[in-house]
Amino acid sequence: MIVPADRATGKKVQLMATCLCDAFFDDVAKATVQVLEYLGCEVEFPEGQTCCGQPAFNAGDWSAARRMVRHAARQFTGSGPVVLPSGSCAAMLFHGASLAFEHEPDFATVSDLAGRTWEVLDFIVSGLGVKTWEGTCAKKIAFHSSCHLRGTGTPAAARQLLGSLRGLELVGHAEPEQCCGFGGTFSVAFPHVSANMGLLKLQNIRAAEPDLLVAADMSCLMHLRGLAEKQGHPLPVRHAIQVLRDALVAERKIHHE
Amino acid sequence: MNTNEHEFAVPHFGQPIDRFVATISGEVYAAVHSASAIKSDKRAQLLAADYADPLKLRALAGQIKQHTLDHLDRYLPQAVASLERNGARVHCAADGEEARRIIGDLLQQRGAKTVVKSKSMATEEIHLNDYLATRGIESVETDLGEFILQIDGDTPSHIVTPVVHKNRRQIAQSFERHGLGAYNDEPETITRRARRFMRDRFLRADAGLTGANFLVAESGRLVLVTNEGNSRFSLSAPRLHIALVGIEKIVPADRDLGVFLNLLVRSATGQQFTAYTEFISGPRADGRPSGAEELHVVLLDNGRTDILGAEYREILRCIRCGACMNICPVYRQASGHAYRAVYPGPVGAVLTPLLAGEHFAQFADLPKACSVCGACGDACPVNIALPDLLLRLRDRAKRAHAALSARGTPPMGGFAAVATHPPLWRAALTASRLANRLPLDWLPVPPLRAWTRRRTLPEFRGGAFRQWFKQRGQQ
Ligand code: SF4
Repeated sequence: MIVPADRATGKKVQLMATCLCDAFFDDVAKATVQVLEYLGCEVEFPEGQTCCGQPAFNAGDWSAARRMVRHAARQFTGSGPVVLPSGSCAAMLFHGASLAFEHEPDFATVSDLAGRTWEVLDFIVSGLGVKTWEGTCAKKIAFHSSCHLRGTGTPAAARQLLGSLRGLELVGHAEPEQCCGFGGTFSVAFPHVSANMGLLKLQNIRAAEPDLLVAADMSCLMHLRGLAEKQGHPLPVRHAIQVLRDALVAERKIHHE
Repeated sequence: MNTNEHEFAVPHFGQPIDRFVATISGEVYAAVHSASAIKSDKRAQLLAADYADPLKLRALAGQIKQHTLDHLDRYLPQAVASLERNGARVHCAADGEEARRIIGDLLQQRGAKTVVKSKSMATEEIHLNDYLATRGIESVETDLGEFILQIDGDTPSHIVTPVVHKNRRQIAQSFERHGLGAYNDEPETITRRARRFMRDRFLRADAGLTGANFLVAESGRLVLVTNEGNSRFSLSAPRLHIALVGIEKIVPADRDLGVFLNLLVRSATGQQFTAYTEFISGPRADGRPSGAEELHVVLLDNGRTDILGAEYREILRCIRCGACMNICPVYRQASGHAYRAVYPGPVGAVLTPLLAGEHFAQFADLPKACSVCGACGDACPVNIALPDLLLRLRDRAKRAHAALSARGTPPMGGFAAVATHPPLWRAALTASRLANRLPLDWLPVPPLRAWTRRRTLPEFRGGAFRQWFKQRGQQ
């Protein structure tokens, strides 16, 4: 994973909500805004934003992916940090795009965006220097360190922030590096492999008997939750940023709007 | 061509690897999954225990191998000269056919009837056994795993542990079927019976056939790493030793072996050393009392120089440790035979379509059989960016209009068109809420059905966040 060194930081941030949060998981985008504002950030949401291009990139249609990355680069101009509630969309912008644009004339524009892109938990800890999180969360939580967090600061940031909540117990599970099986269009082109991978992950997570499954990517959670529900055995899932936000609400540090 | 004759046929619908997984037996899955998980865990534990910074070591290994590839024009002639200086005869084979012919001729000219083989993926790659049979030469696999496959007419499903898809019950049954003794599934008994059978072949073999894990350019040394000692027997009993070596096996100097042997064995089997590491510096000679009387080294290209010239060249660093397949969640579901070729798993998904040359499109589905989880790239001891190579090959397949690769993947052009026009995007978000009222499980949209057969979809809430964000701005 190519994670740019010395990424732009600061308190004027642009939010890239991601297409999944735009279409399904509005509360995750909301929690991201609430947490960032609580930390004193001014959050801008560029209206023209759509998708980071990852679905097309992984599907092998790099020309479509480039059109989408270029579009994103046009929406997110400026020099401040761009923050996403998704490790894999962030990785698309700093790693995927660097591959897809290797031989393109506008490589520099794209790597400029890469140098400003942050997954939100990583941003909170490494960008803003926040080391602990106050509040209570009396739950047993299994954290799925999603695949595209490899080589980034997010897994450590997540453990640090979640781990500092009072009453929260982080439980490990077997085969932690096992992928949830989503993989974008992989999940529909390879439905059996994908579902089997997900079920194996679920089995390992369930064996740890958590109250809640938490991750930094709604794509993985959407997949695992969908499989669990189809099994008739639902599993509560939440994005880590929602857990942090909920702790603030419980402490009456912010109001849930 | 690199296909296995015993491969399963490409199905008429669906992705081949996905169809394979849909029908795989629970027994095969259990055998492959548990062996893979154990090997991966042992690898990670041992590397972490033995080295302060294993990542640094693999970066170094990657650099040495890359340097060798980048200067193969220098190291290859050097290796040839060193081998010849040591008294070996060197043959160059442009492709599998030429390699088969060279080996067949060498054997026939010396009247060889039986050859003993130690495990070699290069010989699998060129389907040597079947060819030798057509020339009336019996070739006996002496690696226990390969031997089991040979008596079963099966093919390897893994490059290090070729019989990983079978459990010991199945192996005991094959032994019984082939008259090697009454059913007994104790590993010791199985091994003893195989040994008894092979010993006779070793003693009457006319030639030994091996691959090589490394070929040192400076010293001309061939290095062979095994656990069963069968390679040693293949080299010592017969008068003739033929080694088939891919040109990517070259390393510059003996001192580099320290890095590679340490990484290879730990990555492959989670051991610090294998039971046997052979260094072959030439045929028997004055002052060199062991070894065959005659040593022939066949250097195999078979598509490798084509790969060398292109953007995928780092795949040639591969030292065939198998760590990428052991850790791959798709390989663990699918087993090696799903990959329809000699090299399975992530390395195979890169190498097979490339080695297929003009038949690239027939194997262009392999790089798609991956969720891009990245585990292989983290495990590779020579630091090959396997996920990046797989992604690049998807792009190449798309540009080549490879139909097999496209199967089942929803076309992205329409999505990109909407995603680059914000008003359309916003309209689509609002419209998507209508989907909540549709019986999505029943809609005849293939990707949707592929999803909803095993999973539910979350509720569409398109645009809800935008609305919230806007409203609070107005307050
Ligand atoms: S690609 Fe890397 S991990 Fe895979 S077999 Fe080759 S050396 Fe081992």
